[in-house]
This record gives sequence, C-alpha cells and structure tokens, in this order.
Amino acid sequence: MAIVETKNIKKTYKQGKVIVEALCGIDLIVDKAAFVALAGPSGSGKTTMLNIIGGLDLPDSGSVIVDNNCFADMNQADLASLRLHKIGFVFQAFNLIPVLSAIENVEYVMLLQGVPKIERCDRAKGILDDVGLKGKYDRRPAELSGGQQQRVAVARAIVSNPAIVLADEPTANLDSKTGEDLVLMMKKMNTEKKVTFIFSTHDKMVMDYATRLVTIKDGLIVNDEIKA
Amino acid sequence: MSIELKMAWRNIWRNPRRTLLTIAAIAFAGMILVFMLSFQLGCYETMINTCVKISTGHLQIQAQGYLKDKKMRLVIKDPDRIAQFLDTVKGIDHYTFRANGFCLVSSDKRTYGVVVTGIDPMKEARVSSIKSLVRKGSYLKADDEYTALIGELLSNNLKVNINDEITILGQGRDGSIAAAVLTIKGIFNSGIDEFDRNVIMMGLKGFQEIFSMGTSVHEAVITADSLGDVSRVKQNIQNNFSAIKGDEALAGLDWMEIMPGLLQGIQMDLVSGIIMYIILVIVVAFSIFNTFLMAILERTREFGVMMAIGTSPSRITKLVMFESICMTIVGIILGIIIGSLVTIYFQKYGIFIAGTEDILKQYGIPDRLYPKLSLISATAGPLVVFLITFVSSFFPALKIRKLKPVEAMANV
Repeated sequence: MAIVETKNIKKTYKQGKVIVEALCGIDLIVDKAAFVALAGPSGSGKTTMLNIIGGLDLPDSGSVIVDNNCFADMNQADLASLRLHKIGFVFQAFNLIPVLSAIENVEYVMLLQGVPKIERCDRAKGILDDVGLKGKYDRRPAELSGGQQQRVAVARAIVSNPAIVLADEPTANLDSKTGEDLVLMMKKMNTEKKVTFIFSTHDKMVMDYATRLVTIKDGLIVNDEIKA
Repeated sequence: MSIELKMAWRNIWRNPRRTLLTIAAIAFAGMILVFMLSFQLGCYETMINTCVKISTGHLQIQAQGYLKDKKMRLVIKDPDRIAQFLDTVKGIDHYTFRANGFCLVSSDKRTYGVVVTGIDPMKEARVSSIKSLVRKGSYLKADDEYTALIGELLSNNLKVNINDEITILGQGRDGSIAAAVLTIKGIFNSGIDEFDRNVIMMGLKGFQEIFSMGTSVHEAVITADSLGDVSRVKQNIQNNFSAIKGDEALAGLDWMEIMPGLLQGIQMDLVSGIIMYIILVIVVAFSIFNTFLMAILERTREFGVMMAIGTSPSRITKLVMFESICMTIVGIILGIIIGSLVTIYFQKYGIFIAGTEDILKQYGIPDRLYPKLSLISATAGPLVVFLITFVSSFFPALKIRKLKPVEAMANV
C-alpha cells in the first residue's frame, strides 16, 4: 500500500540570476513501512525531494500524495497540520529546541497536537527509553552528545506515530559508530513499529541498511533498487 | 506554567547580557517616569496649595459676576446664612469671609493704587498662611479694626514701617467716599511680588464700616480637607445652592476658575513634561525594537524548524510576544520599585535646586521641592512604557508570519 506517491515532480530554484533545475520530473511510490534511502551526490536534489514530500516546499509542477492527502488541494495551514499529524522530521543538524529538555522536546509535538499532559509525559518517557536515553529526560540539548541529540530528534519524529519519517542526512554530523547505532535504532523502529522512513544520505553504511535505494542525479532518478 | 511561557522565560535568558541591558533600559525609563511624574505632580500640588493658602482658597462663593468685574456692589448680602450652610458641608476644612476695595493709599511721601482686603483675623489665620507670612510687627487681633497688614514691597514703596500711619481713599459700596487712616501693625512677605506690592489687609468690621458694606462681604473663602476633595465639595455646594442663596445670584468657584493663569501654567508645564517623556519612551522603544529584531533574526532557523515540525506561525508569534512581555514586566516592576524608592526618599528630604529660588518664590513654591508619589504617578508612565514596548516588539514578531519553513531553515 503506497504511503507516498509523487508524479512528475519538477522544481527550479533561482540562485542569483541563475535558474537551477533541482528536480526534473520525479516519479516515486513508497510503500507503508518501507525503509528507503535517497542517495546521490551533493546538489542532486535529495533534500529538495524530501522537502516536497514533507510539505515544506511545493513543486513547480507534478503531484504529491502523502497518506491519501493530495498537496494540490491544500493551503499552507493544511500543510502545517499535515506535517504535525502525519510527518516526522529528522534533520542533519539535529535542530532540537535548545531551551527545552530532552523530554520537553519530545513532548512538544504532542503538545501541539493537544495530547493530555499525563499521556504526553508517559509516551515521551517511553520513546526516550526506546531510543536509549533512559534517565536523560531532563538534559537540555547542549548537555547531550551529537548522537544523543539525534536520538532525541528521532524520538520527537516518531512519538506521535506519523505516517512517515523524513530524515535529511541524519548521520552526517555523527561519527561512524554513533551513526550506525542511530541507523540501527531507526531500523528497529521501522521493523517493530512499522514506521515508514525515507532518508537522504550519501553514507555507504546507511545505504546498506536501506530496504530500497533510490539514486538521484541531476534531479532525476537514475536507479531504483529494491534490496532483500 | 504553560510551555510557551516556560520557553519564553528560558529564551530571554539565552543571551543574559542583552536581556539584562534591555531590562535595565525599560527599568530606567520606568524609574525616570515614576520619579519625574511624581516630582511634577508634587510641585503642582505645592504651587496650588501655596497660592490657595496665600490668597484664593480652594473654593469661593461670590456674587455672580464678581470674579470678572470686581464691583463693590456685587456682594454676598447675608454671610451668616452662608456660614450656616458651610458648617453642614462635608470635606470643608475651614472657611472665612473677605471684602475687597480698590483704593489709593498714601504715606507722607508717596501714593499708590492697592487692593484693601477686609479679613476676619481669626478665621483668616485658619484658611490662609498670611499669619505666618508676617515678618515685621504682628498679626491682627480679633477686635482690630483700623490697623493693617501691608506687603513688604508696598511698605518699601511707601517708605513706611510698623506703627506708621497710612491713608486709604476709595469708594464705598453705596458710592460714598471711603477714607480712613490705618496704623501699620504688621508687614508680610509672601515671596509673590505682585501680592506683596498691591495688598493691604485690615479687620473686616472696620472695612465694612469704611466702605459702607453693612454686614455684607465679597467672598466666602473655603479650604477643603485636601486638594483631591475640591471637586466633591464644589459639587456639594452647587447641589445645595438653591437652598442657600435665596434671591441672591451667587456662584461657587474652584481655584481653577479663580486662578486660570495658574492652571494654564501647570498645563503648559505638563505638556512640555509629556513631550520629554514621549521622547524618552521613543528612545526606549527603539532599543526594544532593535533587541527583538535581533533576537528574531538570529533565531530564524530555529523558527523554521519549529514550523517544520508543525508549530503554526501564530504560535511562534505568541511565544515571541511572551518573551517581550516577560522582559517588559520584569523591567517595569523594577522601574516602579526603584522609582518609588527614589521618590519616597526625596519626598522625605526634598530636592534643593540651586539658583531657582527667586523664580520659584514668584509661584509661591519653597526653595526645596518635594515629589509626591501617588498611584497615578507610580503607574501611568510605566504603563505607557509597557504599551509602547509591546507595540515595538509586535512589529518584529509580525515578520515570523511571513517566514517559510524551507527558507527559514536555510538561514544561517
């Protein structure tokens, strides 16, 4: 069953006076509970693709459907609501809210969703335990290592049971060991909780764990490999 | 505590130095406004009370038209009836009656035009400060009729001293010639040159006899318990006028009507003060505007991330406004506390402004000035700072509404 479906996505950017074609007509279907890696060199269009799937950016042409929601029919407020309820984000630079503790960062999304306080707290603690941060609930981002911060970011992304989690080079700022631990954790979430992950990367180790490897080059999919 | 409030409080302490400077600017503006407004209002009250004590009283009852055209025949015919009424009005401290006549006064050497005022010495001493202003000789006794108090400048002009005689020549109420020889019993100095140069006071009974007044007077002069009670007392008097005036055409006037010049002077000074305060508040507003603009610009990426994970722009705007309000409230509270403490200190010990004694004297103000802290002076200025700060932080916050997540996150 498809959770993400894009058809003929095109996107151009203006960089000064130069128009850059970031995506040149991408068709992509991602099934529920997939663990998909978008690979490709820098500037190939991976991040743009993730932004468009996440409703952070809109394509110039083509259609995007996420969990049966067609972006063409949605305004900015609808997209914000979709992001809140259906999509989790993990960023390369962690991007936690610096003034909130680990547990508050995880609770924050549920707070926006209107989840009652007690349930918020229980779920946040549970998910932090799952990502290996038991006992570190009250630490602020600055008091956590990069790997721990990214675990909090993953916990924040999946705590409200989104339809998909989009991760933009989640291991880029981590050492190889921490990066691998993080991918294993994401893989575990994917296997156990059936969370759909789509992540961009050019890390060979991360690609090895993906069940599907989509390679993008110059704004086009040049290879789409289903792995065993 | 809501998470927004918690985040706002923590956010403002991410850059403690900038926050402290901003709070200090707000507190300073608040403190200055509390003190200056208390100082101004304190001075006005001193000016009013001094002028009121020297001449007019807080309120007067006069014959209709006497204020504009001081004709001898415009009198209160039955002051006893007025006295009985005033005894029943709440909020009145004391009252007395006066009668005025315009005369020529002559000594051996010189002649001047003056106002001769007939006073009840005992009641007058409770209503006005004239008794305490006598610098030479002594104040009038209850039964003094043909003795007089004169201003120091007038005594210098006439070249007279205590126990010297002066001759007054004017017109009585019935048109007859009013003339008498008065012995100078005391010389007063109010500090107000016009008053000290033009006024002679004598016993009311003697005045009524010389000027053919019978028992009538020109003014019932009233002091209220406090300046704040004046309008209430005036209202009480006016509400009951029909019961006391009979067929007389009487008017109840407050100090603002009797001394419009003083009121205009106060209003002018207040306006110039307000202009200064507005400039101060604008300077602070720019400082706040700059602080918030910087805080928002340097956190654009963070706002982008918050939007990406589902925070609505209005929620982020609310967060930023909470930050502004938290900082402003801390600054305002500090400003009010420090401003009030400074004001209370000077309210007790006063402020001496060297070189201004002569000018102040002309307005009847002592050379040491005392601010007066009140609810209005403690809160009006800081409230304006709060509103202006709120508005000046609102504009940077509006920028958030225009942010797009991808562009905001690309911000370094």
